[in-house]
Amino acid sequence: MVPPDTAHAGVGEGERSDGVGAPAIPPASGRRWRIAAFARDRAAFAAALFLVLVAGAALLAPLLSPYDPAAADNLLRYAPPGTAGHLLGTDAQGRDMLSRLLWGGRVSLVVGIVPVMVASATGLALGLLAGTAGGWTDQVIMRLLDVVFAFPMVLLAIAIAGVLRPGVWTEVISITVVLIPYVGRLARTATLLVASMPFIEAARAAGATRTALLLRYVTPGVLPPLLVYATTLVGLMIVVGSGLSFLGLGVQPPASDWGAMVSEGRIVLRRAPHATVLPGIVIVAVSLAFSFLGDGLRDALDPRSRRR
Amino acid sequence: MPEALLELRNISKSYAARRGRGRTLRAVAGASFTLAAGETLGLVGESGCGKSTLARLALRLIEPDAGPESGIVRVAGQDFTGASTAATRRLRRRVQIVFQDALSSLNPRMSVGVNVAEPMRLQGIGSERERRSAALELLELVGLRPEHAERYPHEFSGGQAQRVAIARALILRPDVIVFDEAVSALDVSIRAQILRLILDLQQRFGLAYLFISHDLGVVKRIADRIAVMYLGHIVELGAAAEVYRTPLHPYTEALLAAIPVPDPRRMRVRQLGVVRGEATSPLEAMAGCPFRSRCPHRMAICDQATPDLLPVLGRHDVACFLHIPFPPERKAA
Amino acid sequence: MDGSDIVLEVKDLVTTVKMGGHEVRLVDRVSFTLRRGRTTAIVGESGSGKTMTALSLLRLLEPPVRVAGGTVRYLGRDLLALTERQMAEVRGARIAMVFQDPLASLNPVLRIGFQIAETLRAHRKMTRAEAERRAVELLRHVGVPDADARAMDYPHHFSGGMRQRVLIASAISCGPEVIIADEPTTALDVTVQAKILHLLDDLRQEAEASLLLITHDLGVVAAMADDVAVMYAGRVIEQADVDTLFHAPRHPYTRALLACAINLEDDRNTALEPIAGAPPDPRRRPSGCPFHPRCPDAIPDCRRIDPPLEAVSAQQSVACIVAQRAMADA
Repeated sequence: MVPPDTAHAGVGEGERSDGVGAPAIPPASGRRWRIAAFARDRAAFAAALFLVLVAGAALLAPLLSPYDPAAADNLLRYAPPGTAGHLLGTDAQGRDMLSRLLWGGRVSLVVGIVPVMVASATGLALGLLAGTAGGWTDQVIMRLLDVVFAFPMVLLAIAIAGVLRPGVWTEVISITVVLIPYVGRLARTATLLVASMPFIEAARAAGATRTALLLRYVTPGVLPPLLVYATTLVGLMIVVGSGLSFLGLGVQPPASDWGAMVSEGRIVLRRAPHATVLPGIVIVAVSLAFSFLGDGLRDALDPRSRRR
Repeated sequence: MPEALLELRNISKSYAARRGRGRTLRAVAGASFTLAAGETLGLVGESGCGKSTLARLALRLIEPDAGPESGIVRVAGQDFTGASTAATRRLRRRVQIVFQDALSSLNPRMSVGVNVAEPMRLQGIGSERERRSAALELLELVGLRPEHAERYPHEFSGGQAQRVAIARALILRPDVIVFDEAVSALDVSIRAQILRLILDLQQRFGLAYLFISHDLGVVKRIADRIAVMYLGHIVELGAAAEVYRTPLHPYTEALLAAIPVPDPRRMRVRQLGVVRGEATSPLEAMAGCPFRSRCPHRMAICDQATPDLLPVLGRHDVACFLHIPFPPERKAA
Repeated sequence: MDGSDIVLEVKDLVTTVKMGGHEVRLVDRVSFTLRRGRTTAIVGESGSGKTMTALSLLRLLEPPVRVAGGTVRYLGRDLLALTERQMAEVRGARIAMVFQDPLASLNPVLRIGFQIAETLRAHRKMTRAEAERRAVELLRHVGVPDADARAMDYPHHFSGGMRQRVLIASAISCGPEVIIADEPTTALDVTVQAKILHLLDDLRQEAEASLLLITHDLGVVAAMADDVAVMYAGRVIEQADVDTLFHAPRHPYTRALLACAINLEDDRNTALEPIAGAPPDPRRRPSGCPFHPRCPDAIPDCRRIDPPLEAVSAQQSVACIVAQRAMADA
């Protein structure tokens, strides 16, 4: 006879033999577990580390750069990487590449990150509101977003530059405004999806207030896809920002950002490929790192993705 | 007669039909019933008959049609339909629900322990510690182990998830639990375990159940009284044994005849009853009996008026002109 | 009984799936036969391997799932040894399958009549017009009202029951000798189920086809089957004619399953004694008899001995050492 396990027998017989998720899962608290899960995700962890380094270097550009990024040395143009005194070489005007990359990072990272963050927060709020309120609130918000959606970014940037003067903040504001409808639409779709899940109905039946539903149930479900989307946008926006600079609406020469460096170097691609390739590599690496970071964060937030 | 814990009086719910302008789909048409302490009312009907809509109306997850003849839901004698936000929240403690898809009725981002304790938190009851110990106690009561509290819903089988959902429904110490197709997705042996659990819990806590299912066999197994729904109407309501022994509505009869009996000596496929036609959708408040197009006993009156649910044999109610000796005068459509 | 009326004979069928470097058995040494004009039911709970068995017969498995052993003889030919091209001729024409979810088995963007006609044209030399005409006849035959008009409709225009009829029409289009129906009524309401069961039985009778009915519903089994195989954890644990199975079950699992079945006479006061536990994960099958951890009759030997399916009488085979010993003693 096989004695039944009566130690925890409650009312009715438990189905035990299929042993929920056989390997024991450490009973860590939710938050600690999430950090642990993130650290285990090597790609995301490496990406985060890399981004911290890049951001730190850009922040400390005044201390780290060996030269003035705008100082041209006409005698040492097109110097390849490894040249004495110029670790990463010089560009067509003989400016030190390393210094320019460090200073350019300050612009590129701000233009890449700040609009995405502001637009994500705004878009999330609008999407949540539209998705949960429904009715005419939804209609009004979505139609307003459609209007912005249809507005050309360059025109917007020209208008803002007219008021503010061209510069980093013109770029940041125009990109932010343009991004809001994209994020808002995504947030609304995600909100509708989460709001239709049975566990939302279960929470309502238990007496959840509207605020509790929104903050405790809907938002945690909307954040992960938004996070992934936002992190992929960062790299793209670094390039878009350069486009605005190219049109004279963003940072003004001799200051530059990574995208502008690529575009300047393009002219001398044969003579000094490093002038284009180096900033290009940096853009790709930073974009990829943000992507990995987004995926890692999403997985860390989702108990289902936990490895067994 | 004891006071009804849950009472629905003349509740209707209409939706705008997708096709056809201005047409409405009447998912529930003037349904009334009461549920007393400790009793189980089984609500049976086929897909699209409005039984799940009725469950949501009883829980006020959706609002019934308003209007001059608007219905009312009462919980323990108090008006639930017109209750203020605060009163609604308080009354919700008394009526809880267990859904068919237990797994997706649990928040995937919360551990099972947190899920079970969640109603207490939402109601602002107890400290974190008290909620946790209450959750653990209930998990044990439904046949799960304490360590299950740390796991996440996706790690559970269907039967286990249903146990978790039942524990969550119990944590506010409700008087009434609504089971909406709660055992329909489960395998035979697991279904028997959950039915047993549901019956045992009722005995232990004196709970009243509204047990909704498409499966008359399961409903018969668990209910004291049975209500049969067809196209939004409750067409028959009576003691379980009586509805089974002497079905009064032709639809109930058809439903009973169509259920295969697990005994080849008593029933083979040739003996399975077949009712003609297919259920239509309950478009608009058409006059006439909802079952008339498929009914073998159709009479002239059936096209002209909708029969009311009236007591025929003591407390056995039916909405069918066959059982009303003097049909009412022809009503205007 | 001689072997002359055997249409399909499955012997020691093993189907495995590769999981983490291990071959896990989903179907484990399953044997049964289908006789001409008769209905055989395979009954079991989810994960018992009943659907995998059906897909294995028709060689409809996708890697990493594969048939790892055994034979499937259709009128003497081993289906597992056929080339894919030969198999394609058998599949659909000689052995047809009706699935649980008719919506998923029909192409949503093609008209119903066209889809049935395509099945016909794949196996028969027919002009499109002939095939379409035949499709309408088939629809009428399976009880689709107004078949001429409905043949021009798309799958989503049909109700669940009507879709199942369409699928059945498509399955019988080439006059198969074997119809495999996998949970054909599980998604349907009982009143619709009754009609579909009637239809399947009529078709079997008039064509003298064999029906392999896969279901979890003991009521459906009792109504339809002549022979029954009960599956648990990938194995056939009991096999008998329908009367013996329901009235003299030998395997404790069969008995437990019958005890869980819902009878309309039962009410809330009828004793309900469910079997504890759940079927094992195929990756972690217990040693010996796969049912022993849940079995009320288990003896120490059950942990050790994996019981083979052995005949205990002319009509009945059982894979349980306790039952086999009791029958031997009697």
